[in-house]
Amino acid sequence: MSAQYEVVIGLEVHAELKTDTKIFCSCPTEFGGEENTHVCPVCLGLPGVLPVLNKKVLEYAVRAGLALNCEIASFSKFDRKNYFYPDLPKAYQISQYDLPICKKGYLEIEVNGRKKTIGITRVHMEEDAGKLVHGGATIATSRYSLVDYNRTGVPLIEIVSEPDMRSAEEARAYMEKLKAILEYTGVSDVRMEQGSLRCDANISLRPMGAKEFGTKTEIKNLNSFRALQKAIEYEIERQRDILEEGGKIIQETRSWDEGKGVTVSLRSKEEAHDYRYFPDPDLVPVVIDPQWVQEIRDSLPELPDAKRERLVQEMGLSEYDAGIITGSRALADFFDQVVAEYNEPKTVANWIMGEFLRLLNANNLEVAESKVKPRSLAALLKAQAEGTISGKMAKTVFEEMFETGKEPETIIKEKGMVQISDEGALAAVVEKVIAANPQSVEDYKAGKEKAIGFLVGQVMKETKGQANPGLVNKLLKDKLG
Amino acid sequence: MDLYKKTAHELSSLLQKREVSSEELTRSVLDRINKVEEKVKAFVTVTGEQALEQAREIDEKRARGEAMSPLAGIPMAMKDNICTKGVTTTCASKILYNFVPPYNATVTEKLLEAGTILLGKCNMDEFAMGSSNENSGFFPTRNPHDLSAVPGGSSGGAAAAVAADEAVFTLGSDTGGSIRQPAAFCGVVGLKPTYGYVPRYGLIAYASSLDQIGPLTKDITDCALVLNVIAGHDPKDSTSAPVEVPDFTRYLVDDVKGLKIGIPKEYMGEGIDPRIAAYLKQAAAKLEELGAVCEEVSLPHTEYALPAYYIIASAEASSNLARYDGVRYGLRVEAEDVISMFCKTRSQGFGEEVKRRIMLGTYALSSGYYDAYYLKALKVRTLIKRDFDQAFLKYDCLLTPTSPTTAFKFGEKVNDPLAMYLSDVCTIPINLAGVPGLSLPFGTVEGLPVGIQFIGKPFGEGTLLRVGYALEQNTDLTKPKAQMEGVI
Ligand SMILES: [Zn+2]
Repeated sequence: MSAQYEVVIGLEVHAELKTDTKIFCSCPTEFGGEENTHVCPVCLGLPGVLPVLNKKVLEYAVRAGLALNCEIASFSKFDRKNYFYPDLPKAYQISQYDLPICKKGYLEIEVNGRKKTIGITRVHMEEDAGKLVHGGATIATSRYSLVDYNRTGVPLIEIVSEPDMRSAEEARAYMEKLKAILEYTGVSDVRMEQGSLRCDANISLRPMGAKEFGTKTEIKNLNSFRALQKAIEYEIERQRDILEEGGKIIQETRSWDEGKGVTVSLRSKEEAHDYRYFPDPDLVPVVIDPQWVQEIRDSLPELPDAKRERLVQEMGLSEYDAGIITGSRALADFFDQVVAEYNEPKTVANWIMGEFLRLLNANNLEVAESKVKPRSLAALLKAQAEGTISGKMAKTVFEEMFETGKEPETIIKEKGMVQISDEGALAAVVEKVIAANPQSVEDYKAGKEKAIGFLVGQVMKETKGQANPGLVNKLLKDKLG
Repeated sequence: MDLYKKTAHELSSLLQKREVSSEELTRSVLDRINKVEEKVKAFVTVTGEQALEQAREIDEKRARGEAMSPLAGIPMAMKDNICTKGVTTTCASKILYNFVPPYNATVTEKLLEAGTILLGKCNMDEFAMGSSNENSGFFPTRNPHDLSAVPGGSSGGAAAAVAADEAVFTLGSDTGGSIRQPAAFCGVVGLKPTYGYVPRYGLIAYASSLDQIGPLTKDITDCALVLNVIAGHDPKDSTSAPVEVPDFTRYLVDDVKGLKIGIPKEYMGEGIDPRIAAYLKQAAAKLEELGAVCEEVSLPHTEYALPAYYIIASAEASSNLARYDGVRYGLRVEAEDVISMFCKTRSQGFGEEVKRRIMLGTYALSSGYYDAYYLKALKVRTLIKRDFDQAFLKYDCLLTPTSPTTAFKFGEKVNDPLAMYLSDVCTIPINLAGVPGLSLPFGTVEGLPVGIQFIGKPFGEGTLLRVGYALEQNTDLTKPKAQMEGVI
């Protein structure tokens, strides 16, 4: 990034709400299912039908808004966004235009140790559209296309940020924090790969110190953190090159080509739609009782920032560790549950951030998909603390737990991994190792503490790792002196 | 015994006394349809076989002694924009020529539950846009009083069917006068209820914030009986009012003593046929004679109602009708790509008037024009509502002509849309305000019926039925039917 330009980034994020039924009818929102089976006259927009708002959608939108520090509108309404597309059965989308349910919120991010507040302009409710299934490989080469309306009417919230981000890292941090908050509040599955969390990024450059925004481009449908960061980085470079050559940025919509690592133009603003928004006359305005908002506020769980604070203050974790553990509710809950059974937060944190996350990432799994239950990890750590197994054994046991879901006790028994804690049995090995390593014995006696570690290692090797290291240490020190 | 000529309440007592069966009655009306339909053309679909089967079921239920609603066994018909499960519902449009809804409108459901017999679906101006029935995508309906005159619109088929005794009653829909103006032209009773009183679920929308379903009947008593069945809250319609519905027959009392009736001067001026104005004064005199007080009142924003209506209704219509794109049902005109398919389907499927209003509405909502047209129209709407609120502080109801003229001849206004729009000038403000309006036949001019309109407070349908009933009881002018003999 050249010094003379400042980057301005704003994000529009769509999150699918985790309700059982659709926003204006009682069809299931369940993902998948045979095409056009989760539909009814209402979500198909057949002639004469009318929408009726699902109150759970309203509750979830308010819940998300509160978690994002928003003001909740006491009076809100739905509007129609009119455009023609085969996957949009009424040829308009029911959305919210000038009176969204939530506005003026914010969330906090941290990049390279620096905290920053990012404003949230608004959160509004809307319905999702259907999905086109093309007869050929691409839309251009297809002789026909079919439409699956299962998704039609699935409730979404759109969260629009202020243009407060100044780098791809900040945008990514914002998205990660947003994802965590939506997950904590339980309003969304936040599965980016299934499309339940989608992001559009608005990017522009302006000369350092300038007040006015430069011309922006919008990158549509970024569906992973990686894509978000790479696409923004690419777009910043592209715009800077144009500006430095004296060119002008065209306001347009672009998409991210993951394979080629470039953004490509979708359509320019000249072709953009006039959506002709107007209040939907089929839906009465949404009037909200402040008492109800208070009830929702009272029911909010501990949010990531508060939880991180608690892990640092009360459990003595480092800011960094606490940040990672509270980055997802599933991980934080996992941590809490292990600690509830084995109250050594630092050890638990080390295990979670080390072995657990390593194996999850290597296998591309979510916390919820892990076969290891918190209680089992606690049992393993206890076994290690009690000296039943060594730290090294514990790692081997954990790998098997992760793979098979077996309890640690079972694995230890099956593998005969019980630690040798019998002084008599170890004494002979210790003698043997002392005899075989005179130089290390000399070193130790000359005051080189490190030498004892080597000798412990040799004993462990002799016993195939089953010796109790603490005991070996003690026996060696006794013998030597 | 010409059963088909009788009112629902007359037939109801015959059915209850088992003097006739519903099957006999249904046959009588179907025979009447066979006889006169060629001239009147009130129906787009007649479901004779199904009707007879339904009638036999009702007769069996009655024979078993099951509890029956007062309308059980009565043959009726519905405007073809009200959805009927398994029966084609076309809005008289080529674009929906083959649409068979897999669901019933709430009113259909309620009427079938009450045991009424569905005879078929009535012709209309396409998507309820029009004042003469000349905009039907299929064929025009004719006025049973004069076959060279229009039956009015857009519920022209529904009004003509009742006038010609092709149904004992019908349901129409009223967006800017579409029940009341054809009721006036055809000499029947037509009621547009308070917005939200009758569920709209299953009514194919023209302009959602104005549309309301209501009955077309042979007299006021029938109107009360039908309203009893169709009014009430519907959880499927979020705009439906969560209010208790009274038994409307208790308003059928021959007494208007002490009732204060306002006559808005704006509805009595230029453009109103003086012979209609004279009938209106006669009606007022009769009501005063019966103990009511009639006074002139002013609704100052009346002149802005027509333009505001055409902006709001067209804006909503442009959006409501966007779903007819050939993708899922109805007409599809094949083309090389999807955009051309949309365009060709809509070009060939919609008629002139519908296209005119879609374009007007699209323009009014487009960015840069929204404030000047749509927003301004909403403000006018508020002023018009306020006029009525003011008037109802003092008056129990208002009395106006239903239409400035009697039924006009075919082709007379078809090439002049603005002149056509003026025929709804007395009915439109009522839809903008959301209040109820009742059209009652009152005399004839040159053999064509005249309608007078009573306008009520929100949910003041009872008062409208009460004044209508009092007039029915005290003058023959409310029965223009005899004039029809010999025409069909
Ligand atoms: Zn549905």
